[in-house]
Amino acid sequence: MLADMNPAWVTGDFQEKVIKLYGLGVRRVLVVDEEVPYPDGRLIVSRTDLTGVITHVNRSFVEMSGYAEEELIGAPHSILRHPDMPKAAFRDLWDTIQRGQIWQGHVKNLRKDGRYYWVKATVIPNVRCGRIIGYTSVRRKPDRRKVEECKMLYAQMRAKEQLDCL
Amino acid sequence: MTYIFTVSPDFSPEYLSGWFVFNTWLQKALDCRFHLELMEDFQRLHRAIAADKIDLIYANPYDAALLVREKGFTALAKPQGIADEVVIAVAANSMAMAVEDLPPGVRVASTDDPDVHLIGMILLEPAGLHKENVRLEIAGNYVLVAKKLLQGECEVGIFLARAFDELSRPVRSQLKVLVRSDIQVIHHALMAGPRLIDKIDALTSALVKLAQEPKGQALLAQLGFTGWGKVAPEEVEFMIDLMDTLAYSPAA
Ligand SMILES: Cc1cc2nc3c(=O)[nH]c(=O)nc-3n(C[C@H](O)[C@H](O)[C@H](O)COP(=O)(O)O)c2cc1C
Repeated sequence: MLADMNPAWVTGDFQEKVIKLYGLGVRRVLVVDEEVPYPDGRLIVSRTDLTGVITHVNRSFVEMSGYAEEELIGAPHSILRHPDMPKAAFRDLWDTIQRGQIWQGHVKNLRKDGRYYWVKATVIPNVRCGRIIGYTSVRRKPDRRKVEECKMLYAQMRAKEQLDCL
Repeated sequence: MTYIFTVSPDFSPEYLSGWFVFNTWLQKALDCRFHLELMEDFQRLHRAIAADKIDLIYANPYDAALLVREKGFTALAKPQGIADEVVIAVAANSMAMAVEDLPPGVRVASTDDPDVHLIGMILLEPAGLHKENVRLEIAGNYVLVAKKLLQGECEVGIFLARAFDELSRPVRSQLKVLVRSDIQVIHHALMAGPRLIDKIDALTSALVKLAQEPKGQALLAQLGFTGWGKVAPEEVEFMIDLMDTLAYSPAA
Protein backbone atom coordinates (compact mmCIF):
# COMPACT_ATOMS: atom_id res chain seq x y z
CA MET A 1 0.00 0.00 0.00
CA LEU A 2 1.07 3.58 -0.56
CA ALA A 3 0.07 6.23 1.93
CA ASP A 4 -1.44 9.45 0.61
CA MET A 5 0.83 12.47 0.64
CA ASN A 6 0.50 14.65 3.68
CA PRO A 7 0.20 18.47 3.44
CA ALA A 8 2.72 18.68 6.30
CA TRP A 9 5.39 17.30 3.90
CA VAL A 10 4.84 20.11 1.42
CA THR A 11 5.95 23.71 1.45
CA GLY A 12 4.35 26.39 -0.73
CA ASP A 13 1.29 26.28 -2.96
CA PHE A 14 0.19 22.84 -3.96
CA GLN A 15 -2.48 21.17 -6.00
CA GLU A 16 -4.14 18.00 -4.90
CA LYS A 17 -4.48 15.20 -7.46
CA VAL A 18 -5.55 11.60 -7.39
CA ILE A 19 -3.62 9.01 -9.36
CA LYS A 20 -4.58 5.42 -10.03
CA LEU A 21 -1.77 2.96 -9.44
CA TYR A 22 -1.60 -0.48 -10.95
CA GLY A 23 -2.71 -3.05 -8.40
CA LEU A 24 -2.57 -0.53 -5.56
CA GLY A 25 -5.71 1.53 -6.01
CA VAL A 26 -5.64 5.31 -5.77
CA ARG A 27 -3.18 7.67 -4.10
CA ARG A 28 -3.75 11.31 -3.25
CA VAL A 29 -0.68 13.28 -4.27
CA LEU A 30 0.21 16.91 -3.64
CA VAL A 31 1.96 18.67 -6.47
CA VAL A 32 4.06 21.84 -6.30
CA ASP A 33 4.93 23.52 -9.59
CA GLU A 34 8.65 23.79 -8.91
CA GLU A 35 11.49 21.83 -10.43
CA VAL A 36 14.52 20.70 -8.44
CA PRO A 37 17.58 20.61 -10.74
CA TYR A 38 19.32 17.30 -11.25
CA PRO A 39 22.53 17.20 -9.16
CA ASP A 40 25.64 17.42 -11.36
CA GLY A 41 27.89 14.38 -11.63
CA ARG A 42 25.53 12.02 -9.84
CA LEU A 43 23.81 8.81 -10.81
CA ILE A 44 20.55 8.10 -9.03
CA VAL A 45 20.25 4.34 -8.57
CA SER A 46 17.55 2.03 -7.30
CA ARG A 47 16.72 -1.64 -7.57
CA THR A 48 13.39 -3.41 -7.30
CA ASP A 49 12.07 -6.93 -7.03
CA LEU A 50 10.08 -8.45 -9.89
CA THR A 51 6.95 -6.54 -8.87
CA GLY A 52 8.53 -3.09 -8.67
CA VAL A 53 8.96 -2.94 -4.90
CA ILE A 54 12.13 -1.03 -3.99
CA THR A 55 14.92 -3.19 -2.54
CA HIS A 56 17.92 -0.83 -2.76
CA VAL A 57 18.55 2.90 -3.17
CA ASN A 58 21.78 4.88 -3.26
CA ARG A 59 22.49 8.09 -1.38
CA SER A 60 21.68 10.30 -4.39
CA PHE A 61 18.28 8.60 -4.70
CA VAL A 62 17.45 9.30 -1.07
CA GLU A 63 18.55 12.93 -1.33
CA MET A 64 16.61 13.65 -4.52
CA SER A 65 13.40 11.87 -3.56
CA GLY A 66 13.09 13.63 -0.20
CA TYR A 67 12.11 10.37 1.51
CA ALA A 68 14.17 8.58 4.16
CA GLU A 69 15.76 5.31 3.09
CA GLU A 70 13.49 3.40 5.51
CA GLU A 71 10.43 4.88 3.80
CA LEU A 72 11.69 3.81 0.37
CA ILE A 73 12.80 0.23 0.97
CA GLY A 74 9.75 -1.99 0.67
CA ALA A 75 7.64 0.70 -1.02
CA PRO A 76 6.35 0.31 -4.59
CA HIS A 77 8.42 2.37 -7.03
CA SER A 78 5.29 4.30 -7.96
CA ILE A 79 5.93 6.26 -4.75
CA LEU A 80 7.63 8.70 -7.18
CA ARG A 81 4.88 8.62 -9.78
CA HIS A 82 4.06 12.14 -10.95
CA PRO A 83 0.53 12.77 -12.29
CA ASP A 84 1.99 14.45 -15.40
CA MET A 85 3.54 11.17 -16.55
CA PRO A 86 1.43 9.21 -19.05
CA LYS A 87 0.48 5.65 -18.15
CA ALA A 88 1.70 4.46 -21.53
CA ALA A 89 5.30 5.33 -20.68
CA PHE A 90 5.31 2.94 -17.74
CA ARG A 91 3.42 0.28 -19.67
CA ASP A 92 6.21 0.46 -22.26
CA LEU A 93 8.81 0.28 -19.47
CA TRP A 94 7.29 -2.85 -17.93
CA ASP A 95 6.66 -4.56 -21.31
CA THR A 96 10.28 -3.95 -22.28
CA ILE A 97 12.00 -5.11 -19.09
CA GLN A 98 9.76 -8.14 -18.67
CA ARG A 99 10.92 -9.24 -22.13
CA GLY A 100 14.45 -9.08 -20.71
CA GLN A 101 15.39 -5.92 -22.59
CA ILE A 102 16.69 -2.51 -21.53
CA TRP A 103 14.33 0.48 -21.35
CA GLN A 104 15.47 4.06 -21.61
CA GLY A 105 13.39 7.21 -21.34
CA HIS A 106 12.86 10.53 -19.65
CA VAL A 107 10.80 10.57 -16.46
CA LYS A 108 9.31 13.34 -14.35
CA ASN A 109 9.43 12.24 -10.73
CA LEU A 110 7.48 13.49 -7.73
CA ARG A 111 9.36 14.25 -4.53
CA LYS A 112 8.02 13.85 -1.03
CA ASP A 113 7.82 17.66 -0.74
CA GLY A 114 5.61 17.89 -3.87
CA ARG A 115 8.31 19.34 -6.12
CA TYR A 116 9.56 17.43 -9.17
CA TYR A 117 12.75 16.47 -10.99
CA TRP A 118 13.45 15.20 -14.49
CA VAL A 119 15.80 12.32 -15.15
CA LYS A 120 17.03 10.24 -18.05
CA ALA A 121 16.46 6.71 -16.79
CA THR A 122 17.82 3.38 -17.99
CA VAL A 123 16.18 0.28 -16.53
CA ILE A 124 17.83 -3.12 -16.88
CA PRO A 125 16.69 -6.60 -15.85
CA ASN A 126 19.04 -8.25 -13.34
CA VAL A 127 19.75 -11.66 -14.83
CA ARG A 128 21.36 -14.22 -12.51
CA CYS A 129 21.87 -17.83 -13.57
CA GLY A 130 19.67 -17.18 -16.59
CA ARG A 131 16.70 -15.84 -14.61
CA ILE A 132 15.46 -12.29 -14.06
CA ILE A 133 15.58 -11.71 -10.30
CA GLY A 134 14.83 -7.98 -10.21
CA TYR A 135 15.44 -4.68 -11.98
CA THR A 136 17.93 -1.82 -11.67
CA SER A 137 17.28 1.76 -12.73
CA VAL A 138 20.15 4.20 -13.23
CA ARG A 139 19.25 7.86 -13.81
CA ARG A 140 21.46 10.63 -15.10
CA LYS A 141 21.16 14.31 -15.85
CA PRO A 142 19.01 14.84 -18.94
CA ASP A 143 19.55 17.19 -21.88
CA ARG A 144 17.07 20.09 -21.38
CA ARG A 145 16.01 20.00 -25.02
CA LYS A 146 14.98 16.35 -24.60
CA VAL A 147 13.02 17.31 -21.48
CA GLU A 148 11.16 20.05 -23.38
CA GLU A 149 10.28 17.54 -26.13
CA CYS A 150 9.02 15.09 -23.51
CA LYS A 151 6.88 17.72 -21.79
CA MET A 152 4.99 18.26 -25.05
CA LEU A 153 4.79 14.60 -25.91
CA TYR A 154 3.65 13.50 -22.44
CA ALA A 155 1.01 16.27 -22.29
CA GLN A 156 -0.43 14.98 -25.58
CA MET A 157 -0.33 11.38 -24.37
CA ARG A 158 -2.04 12.35 -21.12
CA ALA A 159 -4.74 14.25 -22.97
CA LYS A 160 -5.41 11.20 -25.12
CA GLU A 161 -5.45 8.89 -22.08
CA GLN A 162 -8.01 11.15 -20.38
CA LEU A 163 -10.21 11.16 -23.48
CA ASP A 164 -10.07 7.37 -23.66
CA CYS A 165 -11.29 7.23 -20.06
CA LEU A 166 -14.46 9.23 -20.78
CA MET B 1 51.86 -24.71 -13.90
CA THR B 2 52.47 -20.99 -14.28
CA TYR B 3 49.44 -18.75 -14.03
CA ILE B 4 49.23 -15.60 -16.11
CA PHE B 5 48.53 -12.40 -14.20
CA THR B 6 47.84 -9.11 -15.97
CA VAL B 7 46.92 -5.57 -15.04
CA SER B 8 44.39 -3.61 -17.06
CA PRO B 9 46.43 -1.34 -19.38
CA ASP B 10 44.98 1.81 -17.80
CA PHE B 11 47.27 1.51 -14.76
CA SER B 12 49.38 4.55 -14.06
CA PRO B 13 53.07 4.04 -15.04
CA GLU B 14 54.21 5.14 -11.59
CA TYR B 15 52.76 1.90 -10.21
CA LEU B 16 54.47 -0.36 -12.74
CA SER B 17 57.17 -1.60 -10.35
CA GLY B 18 54.55 -2.01 -7.64
CA TRP B 19 52.70 -4.57 -9.73
CA PHE B 20 55.88 -6.59 -10.20
CA VAL B 21 56.44 -6.55 -6.44
CA PHE B 22 52.83 -7.61 -5.97
CA ASN B 23 53.34 -10.50 -8.40
CA THR B 24 56.31 -11.71 -6.31
CA TRP B 25 54.21 -11.45 -3.14
CA LEU B 26 51.44 -13.46 -4.87
CA GLN B 27 53.80 -16.33 -5.63
CA LYS B 28 54.97 -16.49 -2.03
CA ALA B 29 51.47 -16.16 -0.59
CA LEU B 30 50.06 -18.96 -2.74
CA ASP B 31 53.23 -20.98 -3.20
CA CYS B 32 52.78 -21.23 -6.95
CA ARG B 33 54.11 -19.53 -10.06
CA PHE B 34 52.57 -16.35 -11.50
CA HIS B 35 53.88 -14.56 -14.55
CA LEU B 36 52.99 -10.88 -14.83
CA GLU B 37 52.27 -10.18 -18.46
CA LEU B 38 51.39 -6.58 -19.24
CA MET B 39 49.38 -5.71 -22.34
CA GLU B 40 50.12 -2.57 -24.27
CA ASP B 41 46.50 -1.67 -24.91
CA PHE B 42 42.94 -2.84 -24.44
CA GLN B 43 42.75 -4.52 -27.85
CA ARG B 44 45.62 -6.82 -26.92
CA LEU B 45 44.07 -7.46 -23.53
CA HIS B 46 40.73 -8.37 -25.07
CA ARG B 47 42.41 -10.78 -27.49
CA ALA B 48 44.22 -12.46 -24.59
CA ILE B 49 40.95 -12.76 -22.62
CA ALA B 50 39.15 -14.18 -25.65
CA ALA B 51 41.90 -16.79 -26.04
CA ASP B 52 41.56 -17.77 -22.34
CA LYS B 53 45.19 -16.86 -21.68
CA ILE B 54 44.58 -14.86 -18.50
CA ASP B 55 44.20 -16.40 -15.04
CA LEU B 56 44.28 -13.37 -12.81
CA ILE B 57 43.58 -9.75 -13.73
CA TYR B 58 43.33 -6.38 -12.08
CA ALA B 59 40.38 -5.45 -14.23
CA ASN B 60 38.73 -2.28 -15.39
CA PRO B 61 35.01 -2.23 -14.49
CA TYR B 62 34.25 -2.00 -18.19
CA ASP B 63 35.68 -5.50 -18.69
CA ALA B 64 33.97 -6.98 -15.63
CA ALA B 65 30.87 -8.01 -17.58
CA LEU B 66 32.85 -9.98 -20.14
CA LEU B 67 35.07 -11.58 -17.51
CA VAL B 68 32.32 -12.59 -15.09
CA ARG B 69 29.44 -13.37 -17.41
CA GLU B 70 31.24 -14.91 -20.37
CA LYS B 71 34.57 -16.13 -19.05
CA GLY B 72 33.59 -17.41 -15.61
CA PHE B 73 35.83 -15.08 -13.61
CA THR B 74 35.25 -14.39 -9.91
CA ALA B 75 35.96 -11.03 -8.30
CA LEU B 76 38.21 -11.49 -5.27
CA ALA B 77 39.00 -8.04 -3.98
CA LYS B 78 38.82 -4.34 -4.72
CA PRO B 79 41.26 -1.56 -3.89
CA GLN B 80 40.11 0.18 -0.73
CA GLY B 81 38.99 3.76 -0.91
CA ILE B 82 39.47 4.36 -4.63
CA ALA B 83 36.44 4.42 -6.85
CA ASP B 84 36.74 5.39 -10.51
CA GLU B 85 35.42 8.96 -10.68
CA VAL B 86 35.69 11.33 -13.62
CA VAL B 87 36.44 15.02 -14.08
CA ILE B 88 35.36 17.09 -17.08
CA ALA B 89 37.66 20.08 -17.45
CA VAL B 90 38.33 22.95 -19.85
CA ALA B 91 41.12 25.52 -20.07
CA ALA B 92 40.84 28.08 -17.27
CA ASN B 93 40.21 30.87 -19.77
CA SER B 94 37.40 28.98 -21.54
CA MET B 95 34.03 30.76 -21.76
CA ALA B 96 32.28 27.57 -20.70
CA MET B 97 31.16 27.63 -17.07
CA ALA B 98 29.10 24.42 -17.20
CA VAL B 99 28.91 21.35 -19.41
CA GLU B 100 25.73 22.78 -20.95
CA ASP B 101 27.79 25.64 -22.45
CA LEU B 102 29.70 23.23 -24.73
CA PRO B 103 28.47 23.33 -28.35
CA PRO B 104 28.15 20.43 -30.81
CA GLY B 105 31.34 19.89 -32.78
CA VAL B 106 33.48 20.52 -29.72
CA ARG B 107 36.87 18.76 -29.65
CA VAL B 108 37.05 16.28 -26.76
CA ALA B 109 40.37 14.98 -25.44
CA SER B 110 40.10 11.56 -23.82
CA THR B 111 42.08 8.35 -23.29
CA ASP B 112 41.32 4.74 -24.17
CA ASP B 113 40.46 3.99 -20.51
CA PRO B 114 37.07 2.46 -21.25
CA ASP B 115 35.19 3.19 -18.03
CA VAL B 116 36.49 6.74 -17.68
CA HIS B 117 35.63 7.53 -21.28
CA LEU B 118 32.15 6.06 -20.93
CA ILE B 119 31.37 8.01 -17.75
CA GLY B 120 32.90 11.13 -19.30
CA MET B 121 30.62 10.92 -22.32
CA ILE B 122 27.64 10.52 -19.98
CA LEU B 123 28.68 13.68 -18.15
CA LEU B 124 28.67 15.49 -21.52
CA GLU B 125 25.15 14.32 -22.40
CA PRO B 126 23.30 17.20 -20.69
CA ALA B 127 24.85 19.41 -23.39
CA GLY B 128 23.32 17.19 -26.07
CA LEU B 129 26.78 15.85 -26.89
CA HIS B 130 27.35 12.27 -28.01
CA LYS B 131 29.89 10.39 -30.08
CA GLU B 132 28.40 11.47 -33.39
CA ASN B 133 28.57 15.22 -32.72
CA VAL B 134 31.91 15.65 -30.98
CA ARG B 135 35.42 15.38 -32.39
CA LEU B 136 37.29 12.88 -30.29
CA GLU B 137 41.06 13.01 -29.79
CA ILE B 138 42.58 10.07 -27.93
CA ALA B 139 45.70 10.87 -25.92
CA GLY B 140 48.12 8.35 -24.41
CA ASN B 141 47.65 9.55 -20.82
CA TYR B 142 46.04 12.26 -18.71
CA VAL B 143 49.02 14.61 -18.77
CA LEU B 144 48.64 14.62 -22.56
CA VAL B 145 44.88 15.25 -22.23
CA ALA B 146 45.73 18.33 -20.14
CA LYS B 147 48.31 19.39 -22.72
CA LYS B 148 45.73 19.28 -25.51
CA LEU B 149 43.54 21.68 -23.50
CA LEU B 150 46.38 24.05 -22.67
CA GLN B 151 47.59 24.11 -26.28
CA GLY B 152 44.09 24.74 -27.58
CA GLU B 153 43.96 21.49 -29.58
CA CYS B 154 40.81 20.46 -27.71
CA GLU B 155 38.16 22.44 -25.85
CA VAL B 156 37.22 19.86 -23.24
CA GLY B 157 38.98 16.94 -21.56
CA ILE B 158 37.85 13.73 -19.84
CA PHE B 159 40.05 12.77 -16.87
CA LEU B 160 40.18 10.01 -14.30
CA ALA B 161 39.57 12.20 -11.22
CA ARG B 162 42.56 10.75 -9.37
CA ALA B 163 44.84 11.48 -12.33
CA PHE B 164 43.45 15.02 -12.59
CA ASP B 165 44.18 15.66 -8.92
CA GLU B 166 47.74 14.39 -9.43
CA LEU B 167 48.49 16.83 -12.27
CA SER B 168 51.16 19.35 -11.29
CA ARG B 169 49.89 22.47 -9.60
CA PRO B 170 50.86 24.82 -12.49
CA VAL B 171 48.97 22.61 -14.95
CA ARG B 172 45.92 22.29 -12.76
CA SER B 173 45.81 26.03 -12.20
CA GLN B 174 45.37 26.52 -15.94
CA LEU B 175 42.36 24.21 -16.02
CA LYS B 176 38.77 24.63 -14.85
CA VAL B 177 36.60 21.76 -13.66
CA LEU B 178 33.07 21.81 -15.11
CA VAL B 179 31.85 18.68 -13.38
CA ARG B 180 33.22 15.90 -11.19
CA SER B 181 31.37 12.61 -10.97
CA ASP B 182 30.22 11.27 -7.61
CA ILE B 183 29.19 7.71 -8.40
CA GLN B 184 31.01 5.82 -5.61
CA VAL B 185 30.32 2.28 -6.80
CA ILE B 186 32.39 1.86 -9.96
CA HIS B 187 35.82 0.43 -9.18
CA HIS B 188 38.55 -1.87 -10.46
CA ALA B 189 38.69 -5.39 -9.07
CA LEU B 190 41.12 -8.27 -8.90
CA MET B 191 39.48 -11.21 -10.69
CA ALA B 192 40.43 -14.86 -10.94
CA GLY B 193 39.69 -17.12 -13.89
CA PRO B 194 38.42 -20.71 -13.85
CA ARG B 195 41.88 -22.32 -13.59
CA LEU B 196 42.37 -20.64 -10.21
CA ILE B 197 39.05 -21.78 -8.81
CA ASP B 198 40.52 -23.97 -6.03
CA LYS B 199 42.86 -21.17 -4.94
CA ILE B 200 40.21 -18.47 -4.60
CA ASP B 201 39.69 -18.81 -0.85
CA ALA B 202 43.39 -18.84 -0.03
CA LEU B 203 44.04 -15.90 -2.33
CA THR B 204 41.16 -13.81 -1.01
CA SER B 205 42.14 -14.25 2.61
CA ALA B 206 45.79 -13.47 1.83
CA LEU B 207 44.71 -10.29 0.01
CA VAL B 208 42.56 -8.89 2.78
CA LYS B 209 45.32 -9.60 5.31
CA LEU B 210 48.04 -7.99 3.23
CA ALA B 211 47.59 -4.58 4.87
CA GLN B 212 48.45 -6.11 8.26
CA GLU B 213 51.63 -7.82 7.06
CA PRO B 214 54.92 -6.18 8.11
CA LYS B 215 55.72 -4.89 4.63
CA GLY B 216 52.12 -4.89 3.47
CA GLN B 217 51.49 -1.15 3.69
CA ALA B 218 54.65 -0.35 1.75
CA LEU B 219 53.66 -2.82 -0.96
CA LEU B 220 50.14 -1.45 -1.18
CA ALA B 221 51.44 2.12 -1.34
CA GLN B 222 53.39 1.10 -4.44
CA LEU B 223 50.04 0.16 -6.01
CA GLY B 224 48.45 3.45 -5.01
CA PHE B 225 46.03 2.27 -2.35
CA THR B 226 45.85 1.22 1.29
CA GLY B 227 44.32 -2.25 1.28
CA TRP B 228 42.35 -4.88 -0.54
CA GLY B 229 38.71 -5.12 0.45
CA LYS B 230 36.46 -8.14 -0.01
CA VAL B 231 33.85 -7.96 -2.74
CA ALA B 232 30.67 -9.95 -2.54
CA PRO B 233 29.71 -11.60 -5.86
CA GLU B 234 26.45 -9.64 -5.90
CA GLU B 235 28.35 -6.37 -5.52
CA VAL B 236 30.15 -7.11 -8.76
CA GLU B 237 26.97 -8.23 -10.49
CA PHE B 238 25.41 -4.92 -9.43
CA MET B 239 28.36 -2.97 -10.86
CA ILE B 240 28.07 -4.90 -14.11
CA ASP B 241 24.35 -4.08 -14.37
CA LEU B 242 25.20 -0.45 -13.73
CA MET B 243 27.92 -0.41 -16.40
CA ASP B 244 25.46 -2.07 -18.80
CA THR B 245 22.94 0.75 -18.28
CA LEU B 246 25.67 3.32 -18.95
CA ALA B 247 26.93 1.55 -22.06
CA TYR B 248 23.41 1.15 -23.46
CA SER B 249 22.56 3.32 -26.39
CA PRO B 250 19.48 2.49 -28.41
CA ALA B 251 19.94 2.02 -32.14
CA ALA B 252 18.65 5.48 -33.02
C1 LIG C 1 13.70 -0.47 -11.54
C2 LIG C 1 12.46 0.37 -11.70
C3 LIG C 1 12.56 1.73 -11.46
C4 LIG C 1 11.42 2.56 -11.58
N1 LIG C 1 11.58 3.89 -11.34
C5 LIG C 1 10.49 4.69 -11.41
C6 LIG C 1 10.59 6.08 -11.10
O1 LIG C 1 11.68 6.60 -10.80
N2 LIG C 1 9.47 6.84 -11.15
C7 LIG C 1 8.27 6.32 -11.49
O2 LIG C 1 7.28 7.05 -11.53
N3 LIG C 1 8.15 5.00 -11.81
C8 LIG C 1 9.22 4.19 -11.77
N4 LIG C 1 9.09 2.85 -12.08
C9 LIG C 1 7.79 2.37 -12.56
C10 LIG C 1 6.84 2.07 -11.44
O3 LIG C 1 7.04 0.72 -11.04
C11 LIG C 1 5.37 2.23 -11.88
O4 LIG C 1 5.13 1.40 -12.98
C12 LIG C 1 5.02 3.66 -12.27
O5 LIG C 1 5.34 4.55 -11.22
C13 LIG C 1 3.58 3.86 -12.65
O6 LIG C 1 2.73 3.35 -11.70
P1 LIG C 1 1.67 2.21 -12.09
O7 LIG C 1 2.44 1.12 -12.78
O8 LIG C 1 1.08 1.79 -10.81
O9 LIG C 1 0.67 2.86 -13.02
C14 LIG C 1 10.18 2.00 -11.97
C15 LIG C 1 10.11 0.63 -12.22
C16 LIG C 1 11.23 -0.18 -12.09
C17 LIG C 1 11.13 -1.65 -12.37
